[in-house]
Amino acid sequence: MNRIALLAALLVSAAATPLAAETHRIEPGEGAATRLQEALILAEPGDVIELGEGRFTLTDGLSLDVDGVTVRGAGMDKSILDFTGQQGAGEGLLVTSDNVTLRDFAVENPKGDGIKSKGADMIVYSGIRVEWTGGPKATNGAYGIYPVESVGVLVTNSVVTGASDAGIYVGQSRDITVSENIVTYNVAGIEIENSRGALVINNIASRNTGGLLVFDLPGLPVMNGGNVILRENVVSDNDTPNFAPPGNIVASVRRGTGVLVMANDGVLIEDNAFENNPTAHVMVIAYVQKFDDPRYNPYARNVIVGENAFGRGGDDPQLDGKEALLAAFGGALPPVLWDGIVEDDNGLRIAEGVTGWTLNLKTPGQSMAEAQPGPLTLTPLESWEFPEVGAPAALEARLK
Amino acid sequence: MKHGFGLLALACVTLGGALAHGAVPEPQLVNDAAVTGTAFPETLSAFGFFADGARQVPAARVYPYALNTPLWSDGADKLRFIYLPQGTQLTADGDGLLQFPVGAAILKTFAFGTGKDRRLIETRVLLRRADGWVALPYRWNAEQTEATLALTGGRIDLVTPAGEAISYAIPNKNQCKTCHASSNRVVPIGPKARNLTAAWLGQMAKAGALDRVPAGAGTLPVWAARKPKDAAAPLARAYLDVNCAHCHQPGGGASNSGLDLRWEQDDPQAYGIGKRPVAAGRGAGEYEFSIVAGHPDESILLYRMASAAPGIAMPELGKASVDKEGVAVVRRWIAEMDK
Repeated sequence: MNRIALLAALLVSAAATPLAAETHRIEPGEGAATRLQEALILAEPGDVIELGEGRFTLTDGLSLDVDGVTVRGAGMDKSILDFTGQQGAGEGLLVTSDNVTLRDFAVENPKGDGIKSKGADMIVYSGIRVEWTGGPKATNGAYGIYPVESVGVLVTNSVVTGASDAGIYVGQSRDITVSENIVTYNVAGIEIENSRGALVINNIASRNTGGLLVFDLPGLPVMNGGNVILRENVVSDNDTPNFAPPGNIVASVRRGTGVLVMANDGVLIEDNAFENNPTAHVMVIAYVQKFDDPRYNPYARNVIVGENAFGRGGDDPQLDGKEALLAAFGGALPPVLWDGIVEDDNGLRIAEGVTGWTLNLKTPGQSMAEAQPGPLTLTPLESWEFPEVGAPAALEARLK
Repeated sequence: MKHGFGLLALACVTLGGALAHGAVPEPQLVNDAAVTGTAFPETLSAFGFFADGARQVPAARVYPYALNTPLWSDGADKLRFIYLPQGTQLTADGDGLLQFPVGAAILKTFAFGTGKDRRLIETRVLLRRADGWVALPYRWNAEQTEATLALTGGRIDLVTPAGEAISYAIPNKNQCKTCHASSNRVVPIGPKARNLTAAWLGQMAKAGALDRVPAGAGTLPVWAARKPKDAAAPLARAYLDVNCAHCHQPGGGASNSGLDLRWEQDDPQAYGIGKRPVAAGRGAGEYEFSIVAGHPDESILLYRMASAAPGIAMPELGKASVDKEGVAVVRRWIAEMDK
């Protein structure tokens, strides 16, 4: 008799004599939603909840609030949590406990976010697929994979498609690795927001409105985002028209943006491959909107564009004065677009050979109409130092 | 509205009854071991909170209470009780949450229909155990003879007092915590001195069940007694405090939104005026700010209150239909703001 049945039958305590970690296998079919949620509630630290192969039909959001639990399916195309008929809750699965591992299952068509983990330190997402199967639509949920207010986050080998905000969104967190994921047809492929110490490496961001976003926004409990590395990613064909609901900050992202850095302290962009991002491969700007928060710094500081492979791009920008700009730059804009706004002598820096253009604006929030576009004339850096960042090694080790 | 008054009056009457009842020989006694133990009892009757569960007649030292401004839950009637073990009492903490001794419990029964047609749907139980609060949902059977533990929640089709057919959701144990969490610990929400009447608190103090009546008692407006000409701001702020602030406050479930809807929050940007959304997704609709002063129809907060669609609707839990009266008050509050 497995322990869950035992608990249900005998009503013994959740705090009874500690038992060895157990695996609870949940198969799809009649009553699966209840059996799965019950397993998530009654699990003990160290337990594994194993999802069988097939489609789990869910009408309500699931949640996990027990530390140290692994939820594991048979594969991202085999164990599918189907929220197409969801009637309640703000996300498909909510995790609020620490040391949780989620791997090898899919979440389809949640009404709100896909999987949200809040205040859930040391979390691993591996081999997860979150997909809105009807393609990019404003009525899709906002975030696919959504860790927030957490320390120690690894999102790896996962796939997100169709999010009306960001496919993978890490917010107000620290010590983060986002690696080897594929994000397509989202408004933003991957977004690191108000977070510090993030490594975004070896991902493919394609057919989004914008590929990789690094934002710092005012008015939030956690700010001063920075120390973010974007390395060895493929950022290509991000040409999907923006389908975000208008009020969201990502609704301002221009179709065809490869990387967008807004505000932040310390961002390194190196060894990525950029191809066919028609507005700009890399855009670096200050926060554009009015704000009233004395704690907030709206400038993009210490942003380094190192060596990257820049292919075709900037040839169909979603910018006012597009025709004149294209004519002035010979048919395509150079890879890096900067607003030119500096707080001090610590704005954008580039490696030898990186070309770009600047709007030559002076202050955050200044109108684009006052731009005086011109080529980027920064003196290239010969070398730089940047802290190594990312999730604690223990998270990667958990997957071995 | 008269309904709310009736409930309040009933609460006062039964409180008196309960206090008097304590002197009657061999009253129904609560099973303290079930409250303080570590198990999740299968049935509500195992606790012995009620002398008559179907009629919601409380046992000894189970005190009915009502809130000035209650949380709206699809128009459900709510019967609220506090249980205190022998020899213990509540402690006031300013106008905020009353402090409960170990062994105490808070009960809330959700019912639809009136008179003979009243049907109990669920009773939510908060148990103050030695290591903190535990939240458990119990679902009433069709015969109304017993409520059984519903760890995974459930759904029931019913018609609200407003005449809407809905699929009513009983929360699962984790969802209880979604609302009842502060910095990841389970806490009560309702029984704050500012949202309880000074009269009730006075009765409790007189009965020895409360250490004192604190300053600031009963300062939240009485929602059911509101009149069309009453100032909108206190009503709206009380409504938002009670219906939203358990998540929308620092340490709450929606802390990352930066929106703080607590009664005591006096920074207009923090409670939404001119505040941009962060993670609202399609919940933002076509709008840019939580509240646009003078423009309720451009305010995300009202847009989400006025929606019942999952992914848009706020609150996310405990709501399958729209509280038109709540929407009307908040709409008037925003409309009357200086543009």
